[in-house]
Amino acid sequence: MTNSMQEADKSNVIFIIGTNTTWNHPVFGGMIKKAVKEKGVKLIVADPRSIGLAKLADIHIKQNPGSDTALLMGLQHIIIKNGWENKEFIKERTEGWDEYVKSLEFYTPEKVEELTGISKEQIFETAKLYATSGRGAIFYAMGITQHTHGVDNVMSCSNLQMILGNFGLEGTGVNPLRGQNNVQGACDMGGLPNVFTAYQPVINEDARKKFAEAWGKKLEDMDDKVGQTITGMVDNAGDSIKAVYIVGENPMMSDPDLHHAKEQFEKLDFIVVQDIFLTETAQVADVVLPAAAFAEKYGTFTNTERRVQFSNMALNPPKGVKHDHEIIAELAKRMGCNDFPDTVEALYAEIRKLSPSYAGISYERIKKGPGLRWPCPTEEHPGTPVLHSGKFSRGLGLLKAITYRPPAEYANAEYSMVLTTGRMLQHYHTGSMTRRSKVLDGIVSSGMIEINIEDAQKLNIVNGEKVKVSSRRGAIEITALVTNKIKKGIVFIPFHFAETAANVLTNNALDPVAKIPEYKVCACKVEKIS
Amino acid sequence: MCGIRSSCVLFHVKFRIIIYQIFNNFMENKVNIIIDGKQYEAAKGKTVLDVARENGVYIPTLCYHARTGKAGKCRACLVEIEGVRGLKESCAMEVREGMVIKSNSEKITEVRKMIVELHLSNGEHNCIACEKNGHCELQDMAYHLGIERPHYAVESHTMELDCSSEGIIRDPNKCIQCGRCIKGCNHNVMHEVLDFGWRSGHMKVICDDDVPMGESTCVQCGECVQLCPVGALTFKNAKGKGPYWELKKDKVICTYCGVGCSVDVYTKDNKYIYSLGTEENWENQTNKGMLCVKGRFGFDFLNREDRLKTPLIRKNGKLEEATWDEAFDLVVTKLGDIKAKHGKGSIGFFTSARISNEENYAVMRFARGVIGTNNIDHCARL
Repeated sequence: MTNSMQEADKSNVIFIIGTNTTWNHPVFGGMIKKAVKEKGVKLIVADPRSIGLAKLADIHIKQNPGSDTALLMGLQHIIIKNGWENKEFIKERTEGWDEYVKSLEFYTPEKVEELTGISKEQIFETAKLYATSGRGAIFYAMGITQHTHGVDNVMSCSNLQMILGNFGLEGTGVNPLRGQNNVQGACDMGGLPNVFTAYQPVINEDARKKFAEAWGKKLEDMDDKVGQTITGMVDNAGDSIKAVYIVGENPMMSDPDLHHAKEQFEKLDFIVVQDIFLTETAQVADVVLPAAAFAEKYGTFTNTERRVQFSNMALNPPKGVKHDHEIIAELAKRMGCNDFPDTVEALYAEIRKLSPSYAGISYERIKKGPGLRWPCPTEEHPGTPVLHSGKFSRGLGLLKAITYRPPAEYANAEYSMVLTTGRMLQHYHTGSMTRRSKVLDGIVSSGMIEINIEDAQKLNIVNGEKVKVSSRRGAIEITALVTNKIKKGIVFIPFHFAETAANVLTNNALDPVAKIPEYKVCACKVEKIS
Repeated sequence: MCGIRSSCVLFHVKFRIIIYQIFNNFMENKVNIIIDGKQYEAAKGKTVLDVARENGVYIPTLCYHARTGKAGKCRACLVEIEGVRGLKESCAMEVREGMVIKSNSEKITEVRKMIVELHLSNGEHNCIACEKNGHCELQDMAYHLGIERPHYAVESHTMELDCSSEGIIRDPNKCIQCGRCIKGCNHNVMHEVLDFGWRSGHMKVICDDDVPMGESTCVQCGECVQLCPVGALTFKNAKGKGPYWELKKDKVICTYCGVGCSVDVYTKDNKYIYSLGTEENWENQTNKGMLCVKGRFGFDFLNREDRLKTPLIRKNGKLEEATWDEAFDLVVTKLGDIKAKHGKGSIGFFTSARISNEENYAVMRFARGVIGTNNIDHCARL
């Protein structure tokens, strides 16, 4: 996030797109509700489902899944046509205007109406409300990114914010809500194929030199090419990839097109899984290593607003279980690396030494308080709640020309409905923890498919009935939840439940740049089981 | 002469200091007040209760809570203020320069006693097996006032417990109608489920249109339980797991979504019992003391018997228990062999968005520094 969650009531208008906030980030969802109901902040929700926040929205528009780029660029088309843009900000802080404006020509209200399924009038009202209300913040989650054009969607969001000058001030910004408690930290720590910690590129020789020196290695021993992504490693299993070492992940539930993922995993020579439960992935491993869970360790976690927080050790791990860092350090030692840091403190000291944005964040500073937001380069630095004040990190903000691309797969005669997937309030990701929680599994213990009343009537399906859902990749049987909360022609399945695994159906088509799969759109067929 | 002169000078100096102090305080938005004969400096806009609490002066409250603000209902926090008629609610009274306050006079004690006795006479306030025993604010008041049993004999009818919700038990017999739960539900977490229903002697806290909690629109975030001063709202999963004073409290960061809520985890004998949103310094915490249903009730997987407790190695197609030494040796040998045969780029690492920064760094350093590959990624995309 460029900004912080606490700023929700500093906005004049909030734009929610591709996030079911009250389910997926519930505490922040409540903060948005409060800002809207008690502080008079205006709210726009763009979602094909009537999500919790839609009830409070000044405008709720239901775009077709996969048409977000068209919607966002369409709004910009209207904003510029009406002169609502922030000309001074565009002139002083951005570049790429000519090409960008040219690309907007495609997104006429008529075209956008056709692509999104939202009327021209509603699109105009949305553009007007968002552009003329003052400070605006965009919040999104995987509804924006999990598309074959996820990068285009994100760029469309940042274009919109740039032409309105919505950067560098409280209550503005482009704010992705991150789904896991330390997905931000895993990225910051270089858990990505292209960067070391703090986003220092592996293809940069100076960066490699810096890390080689710190680790006592020769520069020529450092890998100088960008590595493979998860989706790449799965696709190349058996070819270029022979072994995988998996820490606390469950790709056998979370990968798209699970049948394909399973086939690929079978091609591997060696699989190590380090986890707290015998997950679907651990079940296919060659070696399973039992690891400590979150409350059984201490250390830092970085939240969606870049806030580095200290978490204490409340419990000892069960007997026989080791901390993740102990396991890794022991393996390193046995593989001949004698100076591998084997304490949490030593690891954090290296992180601070090698990552400028974390340098000022000492344990002492965050142990008592509510954490610090990076960049925080020195121990005197107060942290950075708002990014891009006065200047973007790349200098001038790039307005990006965007060519519309439809989703990889859309409804046709055979697979006539569009499936979109996501999480529920009570469950989390692959369910390996929440499905084992008495209260949470007690509230919701099985998956269901949300289907519009009219569609259900057409198929002669009643609420609570078991139906068959199939895509080009597989089929599942699942209970129908007939509702008017979802747009006609669209169905929704949560992916937490192994018994009704939504990812048997999803498409593993990827965004060409981000390599993110298109979980949010695939064609499917719903049938009555007679 | 000399003595008079010096005392005059002293007086002048003192006077100047006082004037200077008042001026300074005025400029800095500070006021001086006296509570029970002791002078305190306080920020303007604070209430008498805030200042008392900041300085360790005990003033009980039942309806007031830092996260729900003043309610002015229970009258437990009444104080005497010099020059002001009657007793005043300290939770609603803002401090003024020169205020002289008594927090503990005979008159106040008498009123407080009556308040507590009325509450104790109404409903069933039996502490013996109550989950709130030891951290109940009504019990605290009764203890400080030395009330063993109430004087008043009020006939009250026993109401049924509401155990319909998966996570929360509602005992209307213990409810003192302070309204904290209602404020928390409607203005903190914004779920808008709880309200007062019915009238006069029949008044009670209801869910939606007075349906059992488990059938209502309640999402079970547990904010109401955390705010309840008594045992009217308790956690089902904590029942009978240990009295409050035997529990250990540690602040952790929630393991679920990216909001990063700060959670006080209560444990006993190395078992997880329940969670509260961190109250300390709540205004600056990411979650301002609130939690969702997952942070509140979703940590009991920690106690599960089916946790992995020993390394497993696949032998003849089956995963079998092994020692750490065997497991380490196998991993080292296999990774070494594969690296030697197919190159370092043939090994891939999936690190995790669920482990700490330090652990992610360790995996990253292992992949890049020990194996020598940039094939490392995590589920940011999935």
